[in-house]
Amino acid sequence: MSRVRVLVGTRKGAFVLTADGTRERWDVSDPHFGGWEIYHLKGSPVNPDRLYASQSTSWFGQLIQRSDDGGRTWEAVGNKFAYDDPVGTHLWYDGTPHPWEFKRVWHLEPSLTDADTVYAGVEDAALFRSTDGGREWVELPRLRRHESGGAWAPGAGGMGLHTILFDPTDARRIFIAISSAGVFRTDDGGVSWRPVNRGLKSEMMPDPTAEVGHCVHRIAMHPSRPQVLFMQKHWDVMRSDDAGESWREISGNLPSDFGFPIEVHAHEPDTVYVVPITSDSLHYPPEGKLRVYRSRTGGTEWEPLTNGLPQRDCYVNVLRDAMAVDRLDRCGVYFGTTGGQVYASTDGGDHWAPVVRDLPAVLSLEVQTLTT
Amino acid sequence: MVRVELPYHLQTLARVGREVEIDVVGSVTQRSIIDALESRYPMLRGTIRDYATGRRRPYLRFLACAQDVSHDPPDRQVPDSVAKGLEPFVVLGSLSGG
Repeated sequence: MSRVRVLVGTRKGAFVLTADGTRERWDVSDPHFGGWEIYHLKGSPVNPDRLYASQSTSWFGQLIQRSDDGGRTWEAVGNKFAYDDPVGTHLWYDGTPHPWEFKRVWHLEPSLTDADTVYAGVEDAALFRSTDGGREWVELPRLRRHESGGAWAPGAGGMGLHTILFDPTDARRIFIAISSAGVFRTDDGGVSWRPVNRGLKSEMMPDPTAEVGHCVHRIAMHPSRPQVLFMQKHWDVMRSDDAGESWREISGNLPSDFGFPIEVHAHEPDTVYVVPITSDSLHYPPEGKLRVYRSRTGGTEWEPLTNGLPQRDCYVNVLRDAMAVDRLDRCGVYFGTTGGQVYASTDGGDHWAPVVRDLPAVLSLEVQTLTT
Repeated sequence: MVRVELPYHLQTLARVGREVEIDVVGSVTQRSIIDALESRYPMLRGTIRDYATGRRRPYLRFLACAQDVSHDPPDRQVPDSVAKGLEPFVVLGSLSGG
């Protein structure tokens, strides 16, 4: 019997939503870490009951929580994220050099092969790794020391490393994405990194096709085809067929190519989901209609998915880490909104229904497909 | 023995009540109190003082005998009544306004 566990991070705590394989009836947990911002929580693919959570507030800073029982109980583990010396500088808003300062963990990515190994993408942008279940964190400093690092600059939302993708066929290859520097790839386990942004075009940049400086919002990969990447950029939806060496635009007939999340169907590597948002000035859906768009052709041709989603007076946003799929035969698709709704589809997006409507603003959402 | 009063979120994090009692070795200062507190409750490390700077987090305040001592040097002795456990050393989360 299969079960689904949805891990929801919100502005005011974490929630664990559970259902059996039918996904018809949901149990919503009480808040974990009530009152704290939970930027992200995610389970280990090796041991699904091992969860990691990023917990923070402006008052008390950053904590990392770990669960070994699927989220029933938690233990605060290591929260010291010290940049490797010398710390160095990046560009500040006024164009002057500014020392790297740790602010928070945006994203946690547990290893594909070891439950005690987990990576953290942080603001100011850097990549950390723990190999002891989150107790100690060590930076992979060569990313930040890339020759372009001193020129990275934060956008209005900060300078966060928000996406970490492992190549399941090559343990040495990792993709990361930073707002607003772009995508970087290592082929040697983090010893060296290089930007892989050719083909991106960002009109707000002095050089729209520069190698570094693009505001990438999210990248996604299907595990069966790790050389194919999909990207939701600040503007533009993009695709790479060569592990990031080159990108081409696949925005096609989308009503807006601005947005945050992008996700791939669990069983159809060319079926992709995005949630168009009006613009970078208007962070809500076009025309007040909440629509997921699906492409079954790997991009360019998109269809709106509206059945069960509000089609009037809807002005929520869906953030970059707030969409995920399950791995059941009938692929489930889930997303959370800044209005506190979590929507689920059990048929690949054809029909939607709210799992819960009134959570705090949803910052992140991850799905675990469990077998019992 | 020094009494330390904690804000709600640090109480839940450390799984303690509003007030804890800790032994402070040597001179009783802000620094030695927080050092002893973190030693007794390791999950509080980094939540009161920033790891990188070692300074009090900006949205927290330290009170002693109804006085805001947040800006006192961290190695200045706290009032006798706090050092003797007659009054608590208060860690306060500042109000967010609104």
